[in-house]
Amino acid sequence: MKLTLKIWRQENNKAKGEIKTYPIDGIEGDMSFLEMLDVLNEQLINQGDNPVVFDHDCREGICGSCSLQINGEPHGPDRLVTTCQLHMRKFSDGDTIVIEPFRAKAFPVVKDLMIDRSAFDRIQHAGGYISVNTSGNTIDANAIPVNKEDADNSFAAATCIGCGACVAACKNASAMLFTSAKVSQYALLPQGQVEATQRVLSMVEQMDKEGFGNCTNTGACEVECPKGISLENIARMNREYLSASLKG
Amino acid sequence: MSTLDSKIPSGPLADKWTKHKNEIDLVNPANKRNIDVIIVGTGLAGGSAAATLAELGYNVKTFCYQDSPRRAHSIAAQGGINAAKNYQGDGDSAYRLFYDTVKGGDYRSREANVHRLAEVSTNIIDQCVAQGVPFAREYGGLLDNRSFGGVLVSRTFYAKGQTGQQLLLGAYSAMNRQINRGKIQSFNRHEMLDVVKVDGKARGIIARNLITGEIERHSAHAVVLASGGYGNVFFLSTNAMGSNVTASWRAHRRGAYFANPCYTQIHPTCIPVSGDHQSKLTLMSESLRNDGRIWVPRKKEDALAIREGRLKPTQLSEEDRDYYLERRYPAFGNLVPRDVASRAAKECCDAGFGVNKTGEAVYLDFATAIERYGKEKALIEKISNPTEAEIYKMGAAVIENKYGNLFQMYEKIVDENPYKTPMMIYPAVHYTMGGLWVDYNLQTTVEGLYATGEANFSDHGANRLGASALMQGLADGYFVLPYTIGDYLSKDIRTGEIPTDTKEFDQAENEVKDRINKLMGGSGARSVDYYHKKLGKIMWNKCGMSRNEKDLKDAIEEIAALREDFWNSVKVPGTKDTLNQELEKAGRVADFLELGELFAKDALDRNESCGGHFREESVEIDGPQKGEALRDDKNFKYVSAWEYKGAPKEALLHKEELNFENIELKTRSYK
Repeated sequence: MKLTLKIWRQENNKAKGEIKTYPIDGIEGDMSFLEMLDVLNEQLINQGDNPVVFDHDCREGICGSCSLQINGEPHGPDRLVTTCQLHMRKFSDGDTIVIEPFRAKAFPVVKDLMIDRSAFDRIQHAGGYISVNTSGNTIDANAIPVNKEDADNSFAAATCIGCGACVAACKNASAMLFTSAKVSQYALLPQGQVEATQRVLSMVEQMDKEGFGNCTNTGACEVECPKGISLENIARMNREYLSASLKG
Repeated sequence: MSTLDSKIPSGPLADKWTKHKNEIDLVNPANKRNIDVIIVGTGLAGGSAAATLAELGYNVKTFCYQDSPRRAHSIAAQGGINAAKNYQGDGDSAYRLFYDTVKGGDYRSREANVHRLAEVSTNIIDQCVAQGVPFAREYGGLLDNRSFGGVLVSRTFYAKGQTGQQLLLGAYSAMNRQINRGKIQSFNRHEMLDVVKVDGKARGIIARNLITGEIERHSAHAVVLASGGYGNVFFLSTNAMGSNVTASWRAHRRGAYFANPCYTQIHPTCIPVSGDHQSKLTLMSESLRNDGRIWVPRKKEDALAIREGRLKPTQLSEEDRDYYLERRYPAFGNLVPRDVASRAAKECCDAGFGVNKTGEAVYLDFATAIERYGKEKALIEKISNPTEAEIYKMGAAVIENKYGNLFQMYEKIVDENPYKTPMMIYPAVHYTMGGLWVDYNLQTTVEGLYATGEANFSDHGANRLGASALMQGLADGYFVLPYTIGDYLSKDIRTGEIPTDTKEFDQAENEVKDRINKLMGGSGARSVDYYHKKLGKIMWNKCGMSRNEKDLKDAIEEIAALREDFWNSVKVPGTKDTLNQELEKAGRVADFLELGELFAKDALDRNESCGGHFREESVEIDGPQKGEALRDDKNFKYVSAWEYKGAPKEALLHKEELNFENIELKTRSYK
């Protein structure tokens, strides 16, 4: 197929960016969206132009590196997939595709389509762990039984890949879905109880410091999340936060 | 001629590790805070080592090319992690795990290392649970296990199809705790480009800040490489796009021997290549072979009709299908080990029976399993005379429960519904057992330079068992290296901070800068990917699933010629002092172009078939095993450790003889 790509180009985080138009031909339905960009970049290099910069690594939907706002949607039109698993058969010959970086104050653009998501790391530094030394001298794993439903829900929250689509989807650029997924993973496990109060307070405080917006319950984050992380996590974090605040 | 000392402790196998831990030197807590350690790579091996060393009190600096340590490629591991917990009471023990690993590696690994791995495997599970890793559980609340890779016990712990992700996030959380305490400094979007040696010891690295292009000096008392494997030398593999050999290769050029580079695992159940645009391959868990039956059409004309879209696989009758694994290996059938299944698929496709448009795919069919499960379910639910549609529905539900996420992933990529039509699969490069040579302490042949996880060669021999990569990465990082590196660092308590304004750092930095200038200065005819794809084709066709003398000799010459062309006319756009992804790729491909040649040389030297390495000259001539791989213990029971001598083909071979004192060497048979 023949496509028209409108791509955000920005030299660095201080430069002004703009949308540039690139016609492209010979795109097949079996290509992934990133392989389509590979074709474009090969073309640009051969013409002596600079290729488009974008984050990507595993290309199997698990590392969370790839991002891209495609026609206004994080990870594009398909549900429950990351950009690397979006295939060109979802588009038609003659389509115009607008490709931008995820937009949020807390995610400054590094170059072109690459953004800085280190704010997510800092939220995790603030409390995204259980304080246990890795000496191997803990109690036997089966001495901590966990209700299967809790274990499954904890796992479901823990499958967040930290891509930032939730922030990009939110009109307030809120990071509540991301933060609540990590809080929930530990809140649902007995191992996480000891530090539960401090954890939720520290992580929420850091989230606010990073400049993410507030949650107004539109649910856009859940719809666009490639891993289907549930809004229930936000409700759980709100409960955890309230009870932690009361405990002081 | 060998100068290799594996430093295996004396004494009975099961006591070696305990004895060693009791005898090595320790660093007092007050001194640890005066000692710096650099760790390159933040996957399971690097992340776990960083967290543990920081907890012990060392000052740790981590480096990764990704924007966060959490994105290292360990995250993509699916199936599970082995541990000899024997929770199922099915006769498992550390000895059995040790035995299975040595046998699975086709007797090309070091007994003492593997036994230590099996011993500490149980601690990993305890540790991860304490950290909040949400493993799969049974209704009683205890941990669930599954069997994996054709072994006789259920020892694999898992978190659905995302075990690697959960374990890596566990290690990352342990890192976060130390980052928060200021004990780990995490340098993300940084790539190590050289090791700096001072008086023969590794004392730092030169790294490039990938955002600013700045070349930085970092010093430490010891350097740990946990930078993963080199499967991307094949261009197409299940590795991440950025996975590379640069850290290991730069270390090799500085004196670290590279061991068994030709040992590559080619995984049989990957989604086939769909065209020239393909950038990477996606693995589907090997657990699919528990229920899927592998076949190709019996007649070539049917295969051709399928390739051209004139015939559908579901239209072929049972007589017109060749379930070749069940036919050739009646005892193990579809569950033969990875290397055997991969080679058999290649043979079928090479003979013209491939079933997708590129002719490189075989079927993995769930129809029989769906029918069997459907009938079982009807019996359990006491449905008499169920219709075919009812059976199908109930059977498909069982399959969905077991493999739902894999089926969904397949459908997203291939756009076919695997419940209705057989899946197509083809082998792909997945893991490299070779890597930097290390002794029992995980130290390379450069003093103070350590290698852990997939970056070293030590535990998997010529073939890795399923669910053992995660085990090794975490064992090295959490439980082995923190002890052994202490022994080395105990001599450094009075050294003080290593200065970076010395001639050694000057020289290394200049060499790195010269190389970057040279890469940027190519005359500019072709892109980096052009060369990477060409190299991949040579590797796949001549150093892939089956190898012979002529092809390997050709490969050595072709790679050398390609490398020369690369340096003359590669085109790297942009500038060196800004973010430049093409420059990053160029540096990595330049190193793959050297490694590839050594890889072929190693495969040529090893004129035997063992594990993932199949030499066409070394097969059983007759008897029931006719045509199968023939290992040659008399001549090749050694580890090949290569010393850098300029051009890769000039590398000097050092042999570490392998002694099997506890295990009797046997022929693998799956007939």
